[in-house]
Amino acid sequence: MTHMHVNLKVNGREVEVRAEPRTLLIHLLREHLDLTGPHIGCDTGHCGACTVDLDGRSVKSCMVFAAQVQGAEVTTIEGIAGDGGAPHPLQEAFREHHGLQCGYCTPGMIVRAWRLLEENPDPDEEAIRYGISGNLCRCTGYQNIVKAIRAAADEMNAARETEQ
Amino acid sequence: MSEQAAATTEERIEKLQGLGCARKRVEDARFTQGKGNYVDDIKLPGMVFGDFVRSPYGHARIEGIDKDAALAVPGVLAVLTAEDLKPLNLHYMPTLAGDVQAVLADEKVLFQGQEVAFVIAEDRYAAADGVELVEVEYEALPALTDANRSMDEDAPVLREDIADKTEGAHGARRHPNHIFTWEAGDRAAAEQALASAEVVAEELVVYQRVHPCPLETCGCVASMDKVNGKLTIWGTFQAPHAVRTVASLITNIPEHNIRIVSPDIGGGFGNKVGVYPGYICAAVASIVLGRPVKWIEDRMENLSATAFARDYHMSGKIAATRDGRITGLRCHVLADHGAFDACADPSKFPAGFFNICTGSYDIPSAHVEVDGVYTNKAPGGVAYRCSFRVTEASYFIERMVDVLARKLDMDPAELRRRNLIAKDRFPYTSALGWEYDSGDYHAALDKALAAVDYPALRAGQKAGREAFERGETRTLTGIGVAFFTEIVGAGPVKNCDILGLGMFDSCEIRIHPTGSAIARLGTISQGQGHATTFAQILASEIGIPADRITVEEGDTDTAPYGLGTYGSRSTPVAGAATAMAGRKIRAKAQMIAAYLLEVHEDDLEWDADRFQVKGNPERVKTMAEIAFAAYNQAIPGIEPGLEAVSYYDPPNMTYPFGAYVCVVDVDVDTGVTDVRRFYALDDCGTRINPMIIEGQVHGGLTEALAIAMGQEIAYDETGNVYGGSLLDFFLPTAVETPTWETDFTTTPSPHHPIGAKGVGESPNVGGVSAFSNAVNDAFAHLGLTHAQMPHDHWRVWETAERLGLHG
Ligand code: FES
Ligand code: FES
Repeated sequence: MTHMHVNLKVNGREVEVRAEPRTLLIHLLREHLDLTGPHIGCDTGHCGACTVDLDGRSVKSCMVFAAQVQGAEVTTIEGIAGDGGAPHPLQEAFREHHGLQCGYCTPGMIVRAWRLLEENPDPDEEAIRYGISGNLCRCTGYQNIVKAIRAAADEMNAARETEQ
Repeated sequence: MSEQAAATTEERIEKLQGLGCARKRVEDARFTQGKGNYVDDIKLPGMVFGDFVRSPYGHARIEGIDKDAALAVPGVLAVLTAEDLKPLNLHYMPTLAGDVQAVLADEKVLFQGQEVAFVIAEDRYAAADGVELVEVEYEALPALTDANRSMDEDAPVLREDIADKTEGAHGARRHPNHIFTWEAGDRAAAEQALASAEVVAEELVVYQRVHPCPLETCGCVASMDKVNGKLTIWGTFQAPHAVRTVASLITNIPEHNIRIVSPDIGGGFGNKVGVYPGYICAAVASIVLGRPVKWIEDRMENLSATAFARDYHMSGKIAATRDGRITGLRCHVLADHGAFDACADPSKFPAGFFNICTGSYDIPSAHVEVDGVYTNKAPGGVAYRCSFRVTEASYFIERMVDVLARKLDMDPAELRRRNLIAKDRFPYTSALGWEYDSGDYHAALDKALAAVDYPALRAGQKAGREAFERGETRTLTGIGVAFFTEIVGAGPVKNCDILGLGMFDSCEIRIHPTGSAIARLGTISQGQGHATTFAQILASEIGIPADRITVEEGDTDTAPYGLGTYGSRSTPVAGAATAMAGRKIRAKAQMIAAYLLEVHEDDLEWDADRFQVKGNPERVKTMAEIAFAAYNQAIPGIEPGLEAVSYYDPPNMTYPFGAYVCVVDVDVDTGVTDVRRFYALDDCGTRINPMIIEGQVHGGLTEALAIAMGQEIAYDETGNVYGGSLLDFFLPTAVETPTWETDFTTTPSPHHPIGAKGVGESPNVGGVSAFSNAVNDAFAHLGLTHAQMPHDHWRVWETAERLGLHG
């Protein structure tokens, strides 16, 4: 198989990767760039464990080829912490509200919730449940995940208000 | 007086974050930042990848395998088949159930998805290319996928390797496709009770084949260090020590030269107890190539080849008086074990603890018989988030009691109340031989019924049915009541072992000189939060704050021997070992404190985190001070250091229980079932961390929802597996999952050092029955006694159709 050079921005950093065009984005991130936060739970687009942010949208990175991300901007769980690595309010809220158990779905779930709150900073429970319905969790029954996302939204909205 | 001494006992206890506190999890910082370390995250220099060629047939003879085209793919290094494993005697491996399983198919394939060849390549893409190009020639054979036909005279013989063996691991076999017959109880007494009963209800209750499907699939990295002869395997192992011992026995590599490491595990639920061909192939490939070999199964492989659960066909008869006293129970189970008997049960229990099937009721006579048979399906038979076969047993009795209630025309909650084991009967010995440790069942049931206002629910249901009759609604409400008793914490070594390994567990504690500690255990967390909760147990025992205690598990080179985590055994067994090891530490600490305070040991009393001289609270030594002295002061007659180890062999199992109520609204025209309310009361004895318990209950109920309402691994008659991908296999999303209401009572276990019983699996055990009872109840007034699971939209619609509800 021939290889290609892919240039993209990952977590704010310009990178160049040499890979087969058929390489899945999830493998490109995990194996070429050592970003093992996003996980593989199915590789058929159903579970959302591989969720990353691609050009402002949540995508399942097992459904995207390396050839498709030329010039793209990607954010993974490794890229959402605040300045100096301070945990993002979502990361804090998941811990505070017991929104994870085995942790396998967590990076995809948080990155999805991150985009959800960008799209809708004040979602009600139903909007949160629909908003994360592309991400499966086998451990938590979602209840505490929903709670965590709502708490993070409150936290972020409060912070925005004090800023203004 | 120092500020610390001024703190009250209560304040100091709070600082410890010990038993009963909702301590936040220490695991979460790394997981929320994407810094977990799961097996697929491991990357070693020179590491290569293995991938399987699998059988497209359910039953076929292998006529030939041609590797040439695969070997020509750039990057492909080797292709292993059964022929390559034979000289090493590794083409078959022992199963946990005393059978053998083909590592790579030897002459025949016995289920769709069976491992036929193992391709090793420089990267996973080249390996996948190689898999495509291995040419296997098959001659298809008639498949056997209906367990009811396994022992027919003209049934195809599946296991030619053992066709002539009339004795299996669990006694006589009466057909080449028969594995074992196992029974418990008093047949004559149960028959007598049925013959003389005023009322007998009868039902075939099928618990369909499902799969634990943790979000992370199974996998490993095997690395043979040729210089020192040491084989290290990192893998998704729920029982690392057992894997090490078994690996040593089958490879003849001395046990000290094998190191098994379970890194972070992305959920297990029973899927990761077994030993799979991928582990063996990766290890062999690493030995042959001298390079680390990674094998990670994909989701389709996971669902169709490793570790199914259930597949029990349970025929029951239950006898009672007209006023609803249950007098006897019989059950025959046809157990579909697939192509190899790889059930993960303690050796003496080929049907697990199925004989807990008298449930929470005082039933004077009972008898069960289980026939295990082979079919052309994947092997497994694991305990999917339950103790061995307890979910099946609980589902069986909870459906039978409901079926009996219909026959008696009695409210199902009332029938339960009349038969629950009374509080003063504990310890209670059941007709099938278990000694239930403790319980207050009536209190639990009453609390549950009051919490949901049961009479009002029934009144609402009645009004709804009348409205339905009048044509004002197309929705029927069902109310499911379920009471369950689990049996967990396997188990006493005198009757519980796996492959001869006693099912004790262990904890080793080292106190550091400045008053912090490390504890290592024989178990392994897969999301249960052991690093958080075991530190809490210890904090209460030894008075060192939980935040200053590291808990480590999963590395056989450092952790003490133990049988791992499944069957809710960690808290009952390793949790007990932790408390006992802590008490040994405290005993030595007391001797040291006595020396330091120049009093007799008996003049000291323990106070949260210190010893104080009785009647003199000014004269104290804190645990931190004692630890420092233990290492830095010569104390006559006492060895330096402060360490302890405990191997805990539990005197009995523990018996958590609970009462669940589920309310569903069924749209009879679409079959869509909406869970309006679910209330779960759990009694797991002493509660270590309420936050974690609640999380476990949420998760277990969600798995129960999945099983009851949609999960099924089905096969067609030619052996094709349905339900082998997440397109077909139901995993609920946040949208289908309701909000759970949790509650509790606390009845400590009398024989456990801290009274804890275990909780992780209870919600799955009790939940499935509650959902199924609710769906059946929705149609009960129309004459339905029992509809089989899963209650997906199609089946519920069919039930409505059968009952003539579609005009
Ligand atoms: S791994 Fe991409 S959706 Fe499951
Ligand atoms: S925490 Fe285990 S899958 Fe979500």
